[in-house]
Amino acid sequence: MHTDPTSNAPQKGLQDLDQVVIRFAGDSGDGMQLTGDQFTRTTALMGNDIATFPDFPAEIRAPAGTVPGVSAFQLRFSSFDIHTPGDAPDVLVAMNPAALKVHLKELKKDGVLLLNTASFGALDLKKAKYDKDPRSDGTLSGWRVIEVDLEARTREALASSPLDNRGKDRCKNMYALGILYWMFHRDVAPTEKAIADKFKKKPEIVEANLLAMKAGYAYAETTEVFQTAYRVSPAPMRPGTYRNIQGNQALSLGLVAASKRANLPIFLGSYPITPASDILHQLSSYKHHGVTTFQAEDEIAAVASAIGASYSGQLGVTSTSGPGMALKAEAIGLAVMAELPLVILNVQRAGPSTGMPTKTQQADLMQAMYGRNGECPVAVLAASTPGDAFEVAYEAVRIAVKYMLPVIVLSDGYIANGSEPWLLPDVDRLPPIEVKFAPPSSDGSKFQPYQRDPATLARPWARPGTPGLMHRIGGIEKKDGTGNICYDADNHAHMVATRAKKVANIADDLPPLTTFGPRTGDVLVLGWGSPRGAITAATQRLQQQGHRISCAFLRHLNPLPKDLEALLRGFKQVVLPELNSGQLAMLLRARFLIDVQSYSQVDGQPFKSHDLEAHLTQVLAASKEVK
Amino acid sequence: MTTSEHPPLAKKDYKSDQEVRWCPGCGDYSILNAVQGAFAKLQKQLHQTVIISGIGCSSRFPYYMETFGFHTIHGRAPAIATGVKVANPELDVWVVTGDGDAMSIGGNHFIHAMRRNVGLRILMFNNRIYGLTKGQFSPTSEQGKVTKSSPLGSVDYPFAPIALALGAGGTFVARGIDILGAHLEETIVRASGHQGTAYVEIYQNCNIFNDGAYKATTDKEVRDQRILYLQHGQPLLFGANKDRGIAFDSHFQPCLVSGPDLGKAFVWDETSESPAPAMALATMSEAEFPVPVGVFRRREKPTFEAGVVQQMAAAKARKQESLHDLLHAGEVWHVN
Repeated sequence: MHTDPTSNAPQKGLQDLDQVVIRFAGDSGDGMQLTGDQFTRTTALMGNDIATFPDFPAEIRAPAGTVPGVSAFQLRFSSFDIHTPGDAPDVLVAMNPAALKVHLKELKKDGVLLLNTASFGALDLKKAKYDKDPRSDGTLSGWRVIEVDLEARTREALASSPLDNRGKDRCKNMYALGILYWMFHRDVAPTEKAIADKFKKKPEIVEANLLAMKAGYAYAETTEVFQTAYRVSPAPMRPGTYRNIQGNQALSLGLVAASKRANLPIFLGSYPITPASDILHQLSSYKHHGVTTFQAEDEIAAVASAIGASYSGQLGVTSTSGPGMALKAEAIGLAVMAELPLVILNVQRAGPSTGMPTKTQQADLMQAMYGRNGECPVAVLAASTPGDAFEVAYEAVRIAVKYMLPVIVLSDGYIANGSEPWLLPDVDRLPPIEVKFAPPSSDGSKFQPYQRDPATLARPWARPGTPGLMHRIGGIEKKDGTGNICYDADNHAHMVATRAKKVANIADDLPPLTTFGPRTGDVLVLGWGSPRGAITAATQRLQQQGHRISCAFLRHLNPLPKDLEALLRGFKQVVLPELNSGQLAMLLRARFLIDVQSYSQVDGQPFKSHDLEAHLTQVLAASKEVK
Repeated sequence: MTTSEHPPLAKKDYKSDQEVRWCPGCGDYSILNAVQGAFAKLQKQLHQTVIISGIGCSSRFPYYMETFGFHTIHGRAPAIATGVKVANPELDVWVVTGDGDAMSIGGNHFIHAMRRNVGLRILMFNNRIYGLTKGQFSPTSEQGKVTKSSPLGSVDYPFAPIALALGAGGTFVARGIDILGAHLEETIVRASGHQGTAYVEIYQNCNIFNDGAYKATTDKEVRDQRILYLQHGQPLLFGANKDRGIAFDSHFQPCLVSGPDLGKAFVWDETSESPAPAMALATMSEAEFPVPVGVFRRREKPTFEAGVVQQMAAAKARKQESLHDLLHAGEVWHVN
């Protein structure tokens, strides 16, 4: 078969596109995430810019063929710089009627629907809640439908395989992948290698999967159903070395990088929770980098053990999602009082309570800012893309050890599981992180655990085991300096102010905000976290239409950068899109008395850039009127 | 533990400069005294010793010791101490807790510390009441306890803390009593020498909210008849003249023996593979039987922190990787 796109079958057309959005949808057990992942790797290696969005149910295997069991993976690849996995797909691969039911309405008009017809029996239709067969009642008109019985085709291709029919059917996703590889001119070699690695110990599975993929490719190449293949040229990207990265991976790598630069071992205390568990998985494979992982008995023990490790002189880290954050609140307060470094990773999901664990949201901002008893400030950072998560994790470590306090890093499910090409940093150029432990003392004087650095107000990090530094600390209010229990009114007021000032001092280190577009104009779109891509895409399009619109993004949410207020005041209107009911907008309005307009979406899904663009167009129109 | 450069430490060297603020007459004073005595006997280095506590009267303990101390939050001391110990296994880590702290709000951390066999020494002051919150029944209060929160008597059945520790896989499980100072000091010394989690339940009198909780066991007049000292390799005998004993029937039910049957008294083996004898003693009725003190169980088992250290050492020996190589692992591509 042809794996070199230039030697493609000559009788078929080849059309150039600048971008394509593909969505794979099927049962949880259909291998949609694996299929999407393979297409992504191949496409990244071929030099396209790419963004992905896996969207899966919380159930590992919901009843087969039902609507709740549908799992999807969307990817967008292009010949130019992109910021989001796209809104509506150009191509939908639907593995069963339920997947069709859930996703058809989003397929672009005139888009390609690759439909697996193997499971369109009466029962299958009933499970998907179709009264009639959608193939024969006009439901599919308006789309370019390609019907393939993937099971029959795959079984045919695997006639000589030792696998039973069930095993053969499990390769149907690879048959579909083969079809798409032909349609979009993809190289099959990376997938051949990946599958061979993945099923190293099961050669018959490797053979069947690859056979199915090649058969799909050949089917598309030879049958008349497929008339045209499409080509998306590589995107111009900044020179350097790239890899594909997901947000949870990047957080993990950022922590290890910081640990290496600071020469400070990491201790992760964690309890499994969606969508943060991959951080625990990944860090537990980095023992050779001196990372200790402790799978605790619960969320509280997870953060408590991390605090204990920080007290001992390692960097305590805990990873979780919203429900876990709720349980950790009291212990985070202890770290604030004990003034110990601690990094808390909150990969947000849709709430409240259990909410929708596999869906995304940014509704834990207020919880991060204020969700503890007493006046209990911590530093709060937000990652905005998978690649950005590396830098944010690194920055969290820097702040935690410099100021001796807890730092909460907000990510979310969209960043955690989405992926993008990541320009690998030069490790020698990562900013240094200096860790100073209090030196041994032999002069017999009482050690002062709260004697502060005059510039940062950080207290000394005094490791047990260091001669002469014996001292007692705790969550109870204490006298500044000595650390002895102290209930004096003046001292408490002083300590509350000191802990707040310590957080505020972090702003001294922060670089000025960068804006996409001029620093003054009609509208500033301010964002934080994962909406960055959608905001950038929408702003870019409106700028191209000649509008005076700019956007900027906050990595530091507490403290806020010092130049934020001036930036906000440079625009007639400020719009703040966030995946909550307007939490940061409320904070900024209260803080600056500026009329920050919230644009909110709380449905568990990321913003679509077209929705944002439509909203911003209205805002711009209003801004013209107020002239 | 002593080094030739330093003069030996006296008991007073373990006392901090903080004024002790327990109620006058509290059993905690004698426990503090026993711990300081044990530490002096063991010549513990102040800077190598960490005492971690939760919340409650007992949890003020770290402030009174001239070691490293961390007074944390309610129930979480074993979890915090686990992080301290795993991050630096060289440290000598002690947890001081109470019956409310360890058995109620922190029950989960308590059993999991036992299960993992983390190298912690957990001293649980059991006064069978909530003292700091002024006198509500605790998970070790006897059923029917009349308190401010149970005016008609508590409905709850109590925990048998020793049985809970045994059930959770505790490898060193012992009991002492506040007023038996010398025995308590010796029990703490033995706990200190154990590899893994060492748990000591200490009966402690709260003279304000539960005065006399152990009177029926500890009063001078009844003490000899009511306390059974567990001694490894010795038969289970009690009484001033050691003329009564405990034997087990074929169902491991305890029974009292005396006179010609005294020879049937069970010979105590604290290292017994089966937890059944210890469990039988831990759960027998205090009304019918004497109260055992001393070591219920002592088993050698690799510690959690040793396992963690070993895995990390093996991983480092197997694979060395620069940060650059870590970031570049997997599929990368170059753009010129």
